[in-house]
Amino acid sequence: MNRLISYIKTFALWELLLGLSVTMRNFFRKGVTLEYPDEKTPQSPRFRGLHALRRYPNGEERCIACKLCEAVCPALAITIESDVGENGTRRTTRYDIDLFKCIYCGFCEEACPVDAIVETRIHEYHMEAPGENIMTKDKLLAVGDKYDVMISADKAADAPYR
Amino acid sequence: MTDDVVNIEVDGKPVEARKGQMLIEVTDEIGTYIPRFCYHEKLSIAANCRMCLVEIEKAPKPMPACATPVGEGMKVFTRSPKAIAAQKATMEFLLINHPLDCPICDQGGECELQDLAVGYGRDVSRYNDGKRVVKDKDIGPLVSTDMTRCIHCTRCVRFGEEVTGMQQLGTTERGENMKIGTFVEQSVDHELSANIIDLCPVGALNNKPYRYSARAWEMVQRATVSPHDCVGSNMFAHVLRGTVKRIVPRVNEKINETWLADRDRFSYEAIYSSDRLATPRVKESGVWRELDWESALSVAADALTDAEPGKSGILASPSVTLEEAHLLARIAAAIDTSNIDCRIGRRDFSDQDNDPVYPSLGCDIDAIEKQDAIFVIGSNVRREAPILAHRLRKASLAGARVSFASSVEHEYFFDIADYLSGAGLVEMLSAVAVAAAADKKLPTAVAGLCKGVTADDVHRRIAASLRAADQGLVLLGNIANRHAAYSAVRGLAAAIAEMTGAVLGSLSDGSNSAGAHLAGLLPHRSQGGQPRGEAGLHAGALLDEALDAIMLVNIEPDADLLATSGAVEKLARQKFVVALTPFVSDALLEAADLLLPIGTFAETSGTFINVSGTWQSFAGVAAPVGEARPAWKVLRVLGNLLDIPDFDYVTSEEVRDEVRSQLGDLTPDNSYAGQTALAMASGDDSPAAEIDIPIYSVDGLVRRASALQLTVEARLAASKAADS
Repeated sequence: MNRLISYIKTFALWELLLGLSVTMRNFFRKGVTLEYPDEKTPQSPRFRGLHALRRYPNGEERCIACKLCEAVCPALAITIESDVGENGTRRTTRYDIDLFKCIYCGFCEEACPVDAIVETRIHEYHMEAPGENIMTKDKLLAVGDKYDVMISADKAADAPYR
Repeated sequence: MTDDVVNIEVDGKPVEARKGQMLIEVTDEIGTYIPRFCYHEKLSIAANCRMCLVEIEKAPKPMPACATPVGEGMKVFTRSPKAIAAQKATMEFLLINHPLDCPICDQGGECELQDLAVGYGRDVSRYNDGKRVVKDKDIGPLVSTDMTRCIHCTRCVRFGEEVTGMQQLGTTERGENMKIGTFVEQSVDHELSANIIDLCPVGALNNKPYRYSARAWEMVQRATVSPHDCVGSNMFAHVLRGTVKRIVPRVNEKINETWLADRDRFSYEAIYSSDRLATPRVKESGVWRELDWESALSVAADALTDAEPGKSGILASPSVTLEEAHLLARIAAAIDTSNIDCRIGRRDFSDQDNDPVYPSLGCDIDAIEKQDAIFVIGSNVRREAPILAHRLRKASLAGARVSFASSVEHEYFFDIADYLSGAGLVEMLSAVAVAAAADKKLPTAVAGLCKGVTADDVHRRIAASLRAADQGLVLLGNIANRHAAYSAVRGLAAAIAEMTGAVLGSLSDGSNSAGAHLAGLLPHRSQGGQPRGEAGLHAGALLDEALDAIMLVNIEPDADLLATSGAVEKLARQKFVVALTPFVSDALLEAADLLLPIGTFAETSGTFINVSGTWQSFAGVAAPVGEARPAWKVLRVLGNLLDIPDFDYVTSEEVRDEVRSQLGDLTPDNSYAGQTALAMASGDDSPAAEIDIPIYSVDGLVRRASALQLTVEARLAASKAADS
């Protein structure tokens, strides 16, 4: 009896139809492919992308040059030089992140006692010339200024879990 | 077993201790760590931080280990629940008022409070009230203050009281309101004052020039030796990416203990001064032009080879390394000249044949404190060698009779037995010599000088103190060494030492005077003190002669050649002057024809022989500035260009080992064997004003250390110089 069923299935191309039914099912299902860059996947507020240095609302740099991010960085991507700044405060004179070395682990953000260095949700950037991979202090501050609203919102969204 | 031994038990381990020892000393010896803030082995016991509380059997309460003497059968528990609870409670109290500014505190990462808070602190504070805030004090250009961080251990106060003797910091008010400060606003000025930076267990007192420029964990610690005085203090350079960020002391009980003079600590700033010579330069028909090393060295070599035999000269600073001195001596021999000298500060060369071959202090540096009587002649010790002044103070506190003879009365913070001042140095010493001789015959060398001199009570007291001493020391300082009547002064000092059974010792200029002497940077002696056939021109006469070529090594003619009047003009008149120098100055541009940039002590490897004959080798610690190269390498290539055989040294150690083997077993010996009568007329007895070089003007590095130049000491010296 089994043998007979097997014969029928073989000649009726049962296995093939079975496979094609999967194809057919998915043919009418809503597609999962996103039309990047017109469409994008949703991001967590904890997404770790391009770095930024933040300021206080009064415009003062947050970074106090404690160098904890430099110390914690597993890829040695951060280089900081510090000195006495205006009003005798501790300030960086140089804050470089090498984006080629960075592994986007977010440890710098975790280590920062003043929430100065953050990883934003920006992940679409490119370099065209050698040396552009180095994010200098000015570039980092510019990113921070430009995306301040987004960064603040992300921080606020994550705050209840910290 | 003697009575001095006490048996105690620490954490169940039986331990033998000496009677009278404090518990913390015993536990430190056996390696059991007890946390502490106020206790420091070089300072007295205050027992005011209470961090070292331990449990002792039968004691009703925990006891401070730093202030509890050991007793027979004592059972100590350093890690028992009761001890730990006491320590944790102490820590909680300390942290109540301590600010949480570790991320911006320079002490962060090397802070005793931070370290111990990890072990004894709570994770969450139970304290929710306001914290204390204390106004910062301005205590000078060297030490920054953040007094809110102070935990009142009083180490800095005790340092001023007990180590320098100049108590400038103190405590005012009590309890919650207690403050460390100077009371009346003033700077802390002692020449060892910056040691309070190391003593401070928290970030209240910190290094001002270094402020905020690096973190403790990112710097590399490299051992080096101070280049500013004859002591050769051991120190560590903390280097970040090839740049010296700060200098801290390296413990050496035989030399500088745990201390470091401010001059040694802050002179590193000059390494990065704007005066650094970055590339070789040559003067062509009055115009300076930069050139590469290869052509610069061939210009130098050509000038030296073109010079007639005996018509070239070399002047080197007494701070050149032994290796540089040896190569210079070899180059001098190759170009056939004996006009070579390192005694640039000396004025009187008349008795130079009786100079010691291996000049020294006469005893080890740590042996100074064991002397019974010390007679210091012509010295401003605190400025010349601050560490030696500290040893003198310790000797005095231990009961030694310390007397001085100098034209000016310098301030010391200990009991001075007698201070001879005012009259001429020769005059004072001859009276002491007469007193020392009593009824014996004076040595022939000084008999003439002492003729008709009478001694009074003071002179007799000094002579008697030296005679009564089991260990007596007669010490010639740098003022004596630079004195116009040096021969007479030295002869008299030697006579006093000889007749009282004391030892004659001498301080010296620079960090390697002994090494330069041994290597043969002398016109009348070659290596190891071998007399030269015919003595060449000494430092005092070299510039007066018209020579074909002169080489200056690490010398700034305007500031270092004070013993030669008009040194810059005299050099400018010479045919060709090549200067190996780390710095460029107007005087050098006027005096020299070729400038070769050499490294400072931080950028070169080498060896200094200090005043007690200790050979101290060190490696370069920092990356060279600009095109500057270690002087020994420059001299090595220069020697190759001069075709000197066997001159292919690869390392400075090779040079050092060659000198060492050639010198054999010479030992420091300061004895004076002069027999010829010394003439008073060797020079003026009343010393010139410039004879006492201010503490922060001794060499090019110190003169360019910006923080040191802001000190009261330096500003006073500058205004005095401007007045004269």
